[in-house]
Amino acid sequence: MLKEIIFYGRGGQGAVTAANLIASAALKSGNRGVQAFPFFGAERRGAPVKAFARISDNEIFLRSQIKKPDIVVVLDTGVMDAINVAEGIKKDGIILLNTNKSASDFSFPYRTAVVDATSIAIKNEILVGGIPVVNTPMTGALTKILDGIDIENLKLAIKERFGKIGDKNAKAAEEAYNEVIF
Amino acid sequence: MMRLEAKKMVATGDYTAAYGALLCDVDVVAAYPITPQTIIVEEFSNFVNNGITDAEFIMVESEHSAMSACIAAQASGARTFTATSSQGLALMHEMLFVASALRLPIVMPVVNRTLAAPIGIWCEHNDSMPQRDAGWIQMSCEDNQEVLDMIIMAYKIGERKDVLLPVMPCLDAFILSHTVEPVDAPSSDEVADFIGKYDPVATLDPNNPMAIGTFSPPEYIQELRYQTHVAMENAKKAIRETTKDFARKFGRDYYGLIEEYRCDDADVVLATVGTVTGTAREVVDELREKGKKVGLIKLRFYRPFPAEEIKKIAENVSAIGVYDRAISYGVGGPLFIETRNALYGLDLPVLNFLAGLGGRDVVKGDIEKMYEILLKAKKEKPEKEIYWIGTRGVSI
Repeated sequence: MLKEIIFYGRGGQGAVTAANLIASAALKSGNRGVQAFPFFGAERRGAPVKAFARISDNEIFLRSQIKKPDIVVVLDTGVMDAINVAEGIKKDGIILLNTNKSASDFSFPYRTAVVDATSIAIKNEILVGGIPVVNTPMTGALTKILDGIDIENLKLAIKERFGKIGDKNAKAAEEAYNEVIF
Repeated sequence: MMRLEAKKMVATGDYTAAYGALLCDVDVVAAYPITPQTIIVEEFSNFVNNGITDAEFIMVESEHSAMSACIAAQASGARTFTATSSQGLALMHEMLFVASALRLPIVMPVVNRTLAAPIGIWCEHNDSMPQRDAGWIQMSCEDNQEVLDMIIMAYKIGERKDVLLPVMPCLDAFILSHTVEPVDAPSSDEVADFIGKYDPVATLDPNNPMAIGTFSPPEYIQELRYQTHVAMENAKKAIRETTKDFARKFGRDYYGLIEEYRCDDADVVLATVGTVTGTAREVVDELREKGKKVGLIKLRFYRPFPAEEIKKIAENVSAIGVYDRAISYGVGGPLFIETRNALYGLDLPVLNFLAGLGGRDVVKGDIEKMYEILLKAKKEKPEKEIYWIGTRGVSI
């Protein structure tokens, strides 16, 4: 079955990398079709960004951007002031938020999952220029929500991608996997 | 270079193109990426920096110089590679003609991006298609696997003695260049075995000095033009044979210059180029389920143009549509012009669909609209030939 995911974040937070990591982990977990791509724009650090991922047990031919996602992942809830992240989401879709609040604090008419990825990033010292980078914990939380990706394969994909700092990123992903509430 | 084992990657089109050049053990890469570029040459420079290849990476001062350096290197017997996009390709234009006339099989992927004005970085084919008459073999890829496979095949086709022409595999900006997807990469040994060594007819050699491409009077030039024309004709056979050989060795068949998808009993067919083909495959499947007899032609090559292949299909259908992501102002899309030319004398509607210009997303609904118009054209004579899909101010 085809699953379509949209990631929202800010330039520099690693939303595009998160989408790519999910694609790698999905392929390692035996999905034949995986695809990840950024919203085609001219990115700037700090500006809202969007990335897409498709995962399927069959080959994927579709090339258009995702308009009706199954899952929306929000790396920075601050973008929700400017963007309606629930736009187009399927009726039984899920919104995954990086927040220290609980799901009931958000009034989405959709199933809402929460994880405090910022705290997990700080605890694991995943910082760039002193700012916590939440993309790897968010992929961990997403893996818990998605069917068809093994957390061990995600950790492997993270270690391959990040080399020396791969271990702490993989650890953060696993913590988020265990801590996400939905 | 280091031996590379076969592996399954999840990679962008940019990385895949660079990896393809690495597998082909290129000797020289010359580049100066002006904006908007891609990271193809940047990825390749990483391979050089990390000692994976001993290729010479020449940083030059412009894209015009990049092509000049590739020409000189290839003429000295080196296998060369570069990559470009949009404005950079436009700046290279002058030198493209030199590469083909000197019969130098350089391989250069082009990431299709909008040519200014206005300034755009998104996918449009109006950068590569105006290079039509430059004497380069030019083709478009549907996915990143095809990018890799086509770079390997490009060296094999271009370096054949009956061809000896440069090759330009094109990939859609962002939709392939920045999208990660699974790619099966063969080992460097398998690739070396498939493409062999570059064996030039004549090379520049300080110990045996000669000049090439110098002043030539009219007594010679016309024959050279004819020979280059014949080489491009020969490329058709070379492409058909190479895709067969490739399928035999690597298990992936690209079926020559075009690929037919569900054309066998089709009433109407749509010819597409680049990544729109993938989305169109899904639309064809859905329409087939509803009982509509629709087919798809994936146009892989622009030069040489698959006129014979298209004509054979057109003889058995009631209407044919051509999708273009570029426009020749006042006439129509470049692929439409070619197709109509190929079908001269046949009595069927040949329609042109323009969509996705400037990088606008082409969605299933756009392609459904194209098939709807084609199915209608089967029943009644269409009012016009050219349809601007999803264009403000234009009613269909």
